[in-house]
Amino acid sequence: MSERKVVPIQPVPATPGADEDGLVSLYVAHQKIYPRSVQGLFARWRWVTVWLTQLVFYGLPWLDWGQRQAVLFDLEARRFYIFGLVLYPQDFIYLTALLVISAFSLFLFTAVAGRLWCGYACPQTVYSEIFMWIERRIEGDRSARMRLDAADFSGGKLGKKTAKHAAWLLLSLWTGFTFVGYFAPIRELGFDLVAGQVSAWGLFWILFYSFATYGNAGFMREQVCKYMCPYARFQSAMFDKDTLIVTYDTERGEPRGARSKKADPTALGLGACVDCTLCVQVCPTGIDIRNGLQYECIGCGACADVCDTVMDKVGYPRGLVKYSTQNAMAQGWTRDQVWRRVLRPRVLLYTGILFAVTVALFTHLALRDPFKVDVERDRAALSRIVAGGKIENVYRLQLMNAAEQPLHFELRAEGLPGLLLDAESRVRVAATESQWISVRLQLPYDAAPAGSHPISFSIRALDEAGASVGEIREKSVFLVPR
Amino acid sequence: MSDFVSEFWHLYVAGLSIVSIIACLLLLWFSGKAKAMTANDNTTGHVWDGDLREMNNPLPRWWVGLFIITVVFSLVYLAFYPGLGNFAGKFGWSSQGQYEAEVAKANEQVAPLYAKFSGMPPEQLHQDPQAMAIGNRLFMNNCAQCHGSDARGSKSFPNLADADWLYGGEIDKIKESIVNGRAGNMPPMAAAVGTPDDVRNVAHYVLSLSGSPHDSLRASLGKSKFGACAACHGNDGKGNILMGAPNLTDDIWLHGWGENAIVEIINKGKVNQMPAQASKLTEGQIHVLASYVWGLSKAKTVAAAQ
Repeated sequence: MSERKVVPIQPVPATPGADEDGLVSLYVAHQKIYPRSVQGLFARWRWVTVWLTQLVFYGLPWLDWGQRQAVLFDLEARRFYIFGLVLYPQDFIYLTALLVISAFSLFLFTAVAGRLWCGYACPQTVYSEIFMWIERRIEGDRSARMRLDAADFSGGKLGKKTAKHAAWLLLSLWTGFTFVGYFAPIRELGFDLVAGQVSAWGLFWILFYSFATYGNAGFMREQVCKYMCPYARFQSAMFDKDTLIVTYDTERGEPRGARSKKADPTALGLGACVDCTLCVQVCPTGIDIRNGLQYECIGCGACADVCDTVMDKVGYPRGLVKYSTQNAMAQGWTRDQVWRRVLRPRVLLYTGILFAVTVALFTHLALRDPFKVDVERDRAALSRIVAGGKIENVYRLQLMNAAEQPLHFELRAEGLPGLLLDAESRVRVAATESQWISVRLQLPYDAAPAGSHPISFSIRALDEAGASVGEIREKSVFLVPR
Repeated sequence: MSDFVSEFWHLYVAGLSIVSIIACLLLLWFSGKAKAMTANDNTTGHVWDGDLREMNNPLPRWWVGLFIITVVFSLVYLAFYPGLGNFAGKFGWSSQGQYEAEVAKANEQVAPLYAKFSGMPPEQLHQDPQAMAIGNRLFMNNCAQCHGSDARGSKSFPNLADADWLYGGEIDKIKESIVNGRAGNMPPMAAAVGTPDDVRNVAHYVLSLSGSPHDSLRASLGKSKFGACAACHGNDGKGNILMGAPNLTDDIWLHGWGENAIVEIINKGKVNQMPAQASKLTEGQIHVLASYVWGLSKAKTVAAAQ
């Protein structure tokens, strides 16, 4: 057994509001956070992901594919269109694969670079970023916003607040409308909205998602991450000592203190931290990164960006606050050494699984037949005897056409000698439609002993020109009565 | 509401609900008053296993508001919807009532459609794909359980897709079968026929009527005993649709094929019943369904005519 390592708890000042006995309430009043605007490498990357994700989100429903919307999840008809794909509820396994891919992507990115998802791509972060940009445009930066909130009521304050909320609401409504546009054809939805003919549920969901956007990005912000989000909690399970986290170089920074630009810090006995508190002012969750890694930290790198600008100004080297790993900090590793540790077993394993599942999903999608068949035995008659003493079993076949052209289905049954198929020889099913048909199988008397016999249906699909587009085999049983 | 066998359970459930809600409020009130101890490093000062300490992470105060909203919601809910024991709520809502309202609304929506169909004779409905699709769904929901999804029945459940009708295949007769059901009753006939050997002879005679494999000597002996059967099945054995006596000459064997099956029916008789469906279907639905069933045996002729 290795020696137990005690993780030191960073000294944090006691909760404000504690009385002299150190007693505090179980609840705390919410302190509004006024994040200061920040520029730098990581802020730029965040804006890149904001643009990318939002161009996809707002743009996708407007794309067309042939005669229909390219991406549409038609819940009522239970058909899910994704560009050339037409999925049935029976294709749910693909959603499972998608979720597995999402989960392993999260594991992989988190193991390598901590809460990358939280800091750059999570909708909560992305919409908060957009809403804060609007807020800055109208109310100004941190100090101006704090002054405005503290100021007495005035016409100017009313005007600014009204403008901000109007802009927020407009964007929220558009977001809600776009979201519903993935489930109802967005152009029709738009026309219906303008004409006031949108369905009650459509309107409800538009308003619901608008309200969620407005509330979460406008008011809840970091509180969603701190008090509600389960991913924020379990991501720490994916952390190890080689995971990139936003860190403050205590050794270099401490003891912190203000100093004149001309003064020599070593002579004053000071570290590199000039204690400007800008890292606290820019933090969207309102923490002080100098207290070490905290559960509130979403890994957005705003403090690293702002500290670099300060270091540039005072003429110190950058990187007092930076992305680094616990190992690198403890052992003074170089950049290359940190990079080498990226290829550790955990990361390779996550990458391997992610790659395998992704390849499996796309291979399966590429090779899939554009139709499906479900075989059910008739609910009423187990078996019956028909003219000529033949034994007959009845089956119901659901022919599901997942192609955007009509398909003709040809059926065959095999598995028992002398098995006869009594059904229409060819069934036409319209594009993306499904159809139930009754099929009878007949077996001469005494051709098989009493009991249940495995049989199978072979279903071949042909397009209008008569070319085969695939064949499916479905198993069932044939019952011979005693 | 007759959910509870005694008044006690009504009071028990209602009391428990109200006490629980009050307890929730009390808990909120106490937790608002309660204080937690914090050490000066913002932990609770508790230490487990030598090094595990608990940070002080208080819940934001607005969260209490959410709890209060749930309490208010539950009170409003209990006032308007059933939940407090026998109390039905101001709205008098019930799942049965909602179901009936939805059915009534749906019936109202399809009423014009059925009104159109009701004015059409079965020959015309049979050519209407929409009517036949509705007929098929009605059949699947109400008839297929016994007659099979292809309507060809099974032992003791008549085939509706052939031209053989126990009670007649005209639209009115089919409607009569659907509305009132049918009760076929053949009494045990062994005594009337004679000895067990006579019964076997009659069975062979019955087989001979449809040209099925039989012993012609036994059949000729059985012919004289068939008189007992003729009262219902007719002298020629062609049955009687007025009483649902099956045609014995058409090689269709509803209750089993072969000598033994016939002997058993003669000895034991047969009661075969179809329940009345009138209460489950509207008049318009019955018309469409009857037309669908009427058309099943015509399918081939129609296809040939096209």
